[in-house]
Amino acid sequence: MNSSLLAIEFLVVVLGLGILLADLWIPSGARRGLAYAAATGLLLVLTLHGGALAPGDDTAFGGMFLVDALANYFKTLFIVATIAVLLISSGYADRLDGYGEYVALTLFALAGMLLAASANDFILMFVALELVTVTFYVLVSFQRRRQSSLEAGVKYLIFGALAAAFMVYGIALIFGSANTTNFYEIASRQAELGKSPVFVIGLLLTLVGLGFKISAFPFQMWTPDVYQGAPVPTTAFLATGSKAAGFVLLLRLAYSVVPEVMARWSHLLLGFAMATMLYGSFAALAQRSVKRLMGYSSIANAGYLLLGIGATNVTGSTAILYFLSGYVFTTLAAFAVISRVTVQDDNDDISVFAGLGNRSPLLAAAMTLALVSLAGIPPLAGFFGKFYLFKAALLQVPTSPLFLVAVLIACVSVVLSLYYYFNIIRVMYWPAQDAVDRPVTVPMAVGISLAACLAGILVVGIFPSGVIGLAHEAVAGLGTPAPEMHVQAHHAAAH
Amino acid sequence: MSTLSLLPLLPILGALVILLVPAAYSAAWRGIALGMTGVNLLVATTIFFTFHVGIGGYQMVANHAWVPAIGLNYHVGVDGLSVGLLLVGALVSFAATWVSSEIKSHERFFYVLLLVISGGVLGSLISLDLFFLYFFNELALVPTFLMIGIWGRGADRSAIAFQITLYLSLGALVALVGLIGLYALSGANTLDVVTLAAWLKTHPLPASTQTVLFGLLLFGFGTLVGLWPFHSWAPAGYAAAPTATAMMHAGILKKVGAFALLRAAFPLLPEGVAQWTRILAILCLGNILYCGWVAMRQRNLNLLFGNSSLAHMGFVFLGLASVSLIGITGAVLIMVAHALLASLEYALSGHIYRETGHLELDRMGGLMRRMPFIGAALVAAMLAGCGVPGFASFAGELAVMFGVWPTLPAFVVAAAFGGLLIGGIYMLRGIRQVAHGPDVGTTGGDVPCWTGRIPYLVLLVPLILFGVAPYVLVDRIRPSAALVVERALLKPSPAAPAAPAVAAAPAH
Repeated sequence: MNSSLLAIEFLVVVLGLGILLADLWIPSGARRGLAYAAATGLLLVLTLHGGALAPGDDTAFGGMFLVDALANYFKTLFIVATIAVLLISSGYADRLDGYGEYVALTLFALAGMLLAASANDFILMFVALELVTVTFYVLVSFQRRRQSSLEAGVKYLIFGALAAAFMVYGIALIFGSANTTNFYEIASRQAELGKSPVFVIGLLLTLVGLGFKISAFPFQMWTPDVYQGAPVPTTAFLATGSKAAGFVLLLRLAYSVVPEVMARWSHLLLGFAMATMLYGSFAALAQRSVKRLMGYSSIANAGYLLLGIGATNVTGSTAILYFLSGYVFTTLAAFAVISRVTVQDDNDDISVFAGLGNRSPLLAAAMTLALVSLAGIPPLAGFFGKFYLFKAALLQVPTSPLFLVAVLIACVSVVLSLYYYFNIIRVMYWPAQDAVDRPVTVPMAVGISLAACLAGILVVGIFPSGVIGLAHEAVAGLGTPAPEMHVQAHHAAAH
Repeated sequence: MSTLSLLPLLPILGALVILLVPAAYSAAWRGIALGMTGVNLLVATTIFFTFHVGIGGYQMVANHAWVPAIGLNYHVGVDGLSVGLLLVGALVSFAATWVSSEIKSHERFFYVLLLVISGGVLGSLISLDLFFLYFFNELALVPTFLMIGIWGRGADRSAIAFQITLYLSLGALVALVGLIGLYALSGANTLDVVTLAAWLKTHPLPASTQTVLFGLLLFGFGTLVGLWPFHSWAPAGYAAAPTATAMMHAGILKKVGAFALLRAAFPLLPEGVAQWTRILAILCLGNILYCGWVAMRQRNLNLLFGNSSLAHMGFVFLGLASVSLIGITGAVLIMVAHALLASLEYALSGHIYRETGHLELDRMGGLMRRMPFIGAALVAAMLAGCGVPGFASFAGELAVMFGVWPTLPAFVVAAAFGGLLIGGIYMLRGIRQVAHGPDVGTTGGDVPCWTGRIPYLVLLVPLILFGVAPYVLVDRIRPSAALVVERALLKPSPAAPAAPAVAAAPAH
């Protein structure tokens, strides 16, 4: 067994425990320092992850835990997102009682995401996702004095439990029919297993569980309420880390574990994709709460990403990785601005953005960049991501014209999304009579994270070559059959 | 680096510099914008006159890998189709920056947005990789929205800003689907027009695929040009936009759609051409007749200009639909001429609006007495608008009619002549209403000094020069147009009329 592979996860958990301990001695006024410490620690972990501790491709724990290029790619993404979330949350510390616990829980959620990226077994996948979800129950309802935060927490708890139930039932059926939960072993027998109805139903139920995580239609109903009620940093983390965790597992399932079954379901996946983007975009049109609007926008974006899953080609998986990278920067930048603009009266009605172009030109420009990138307009990251996803889908047109229909539906969704994103831009810049003439303060930490995210949007958008190269490497190993020796080793370990 | 790359680079650099100049030096903002567009004008003029006449291929080519993994390159070059448009694009940018002295609030932001539009449109004209053509063209989308909303005119400008943005994005996205389809399905894994053309010669796409892709490109890019019935965004959008934005949009941005069709759809998808040109010929009559008819009923000068500009775009489409050497040459000629004409019209109406506070035709009259220079320029522009010889638009329209005559059905030709007549009616009526007649007590005055006349003159003078000596343009356009025609008719389908082949003969 090779437990050194878990060094990154181990460090993150230790960091979280350290924060919990330190919280006991730190005076309540200085708790912000915990977030800076955690962010610095994560920065260190990130450097180690890229350098000294960079593990080679291998498995641990009897094949349950896998480190490969895909896992490493997502781990980098998760750590970067968490650093930004921690910095954003430091500007929100006054509103979060027991802020030290908030930081520690964020780190534990990160540990869950890191495990999810490396999961090579349905059991580990379930445990990792539960680690993420259970910590999020607390993170969502962290503003204990705010009714909407508690309400969001309860909703997330109920829907999360439902999703977990679906998933665990699915895993039981898969185990019952395949007699294993290991991804490699299932992959090597997928042709035979794909014919078993029990296995197929089990797989579908697992996908339902993942559908909740990524908020795909029709499993999206928790998203707007929870996004609206949760504290802004939690919402930002939900929209980026938690969603990406769902997608790394979906990618692994679709491209590595059961690609043949998934290829058969491409129409089903496209159907979900189309419904998800249309639902998200249409529902967002009428929103006045900006956080709720971001919730629907996150649903629509899940729809675009599902196009890449449905395409089941290398371009599709590369595009998903690229899109998610740009999406993480873009969404975090938007939430960094939202956290500053809404913090004063804890009100996220769109009217609080009125006149922001005059009150704080830099924040308004940052929000505009983020929204324009979300809308998918060049030269920002969102555009190239959509371009790439559309290409992945159109490559499949010779197999089925439904792919062309799906891309055209995606265009409709993009045009709808332009309306609601640009509506925020309108509120910020159009001359307004009722604008509150109050400057918006930006603490240094939030400013740094915002600047880094904006740089990310621009660099990823204008020079996509680097990220695409990394994404290419990350997906290169997907879909290739499991190395024989590994499977043997797992058998040996299991018995 | 090719000289061409300066054209998009300078304005965008200028925009960045303006962002960094502190508010204490606010006078520098306009200076930098004027300087950058002025230098750009010199660059474009140099390119125009150092362009080797008589060569159909691309010149001043530069090619840099951008995302090698997926075959996207920053590939730029100029040919006869783009060289004239580049010159007028730089002219219009310069003039639009000059007339922007009317902007009195948030000037920094305005000049940044204007320079981004300018850099974007010039960038898309030099791009030989269709990805960059699209990429640069889309840079104008957000600035347009902001400019109409912040500095626009009229109470309903917010709704109009949304209308133009959503309409244009839908068109652009449909075109994007067509482009990505070409990219994904051709198997060449590139959007470079040079490579694609060579590849598709040996690996042609199936006819059905070509038809679908051509349709997507035609309606996608067509919407950007205002192809009937996807045109309604244009007049209202221009009327609500500040002067400079309307000039850039009606003048040069609108041409990018038609230019993209000539770059991508016609030379690369010959089967699509065979299937769609008849339909295009009918649709463009919608522009020529319907939009012309609508223009006759307008009581607002900007709406009149907006609809008449759609009618002119109808002639561009007619030239494209003829798929003949002279027709396509004429279409490009109209694009160049109309860029000057439309931006001149909006520059003039901008001055009138600033001075009188309205553009209602019913409340205008005798403008010539109060504003002799503006009035005279307006009369010249409107005469050019109805195709009077001596202006460049006449040469273009004439060439299009020559091209259409042998290739398209007689009723299309007859209808197009009717369109010319309609153009004459509304333009002459407009002249009578605005410039002549009794003075209805308009306020305001003429351009006070000679420097104020520069933006109008840099548009009007070339319009006349190219009208007197159209061969300067035609000699440059012709060899490239011949290549387009040759490729577009590469594989005439049995259903296609025999006539285009005859018309294409001079190309060989």
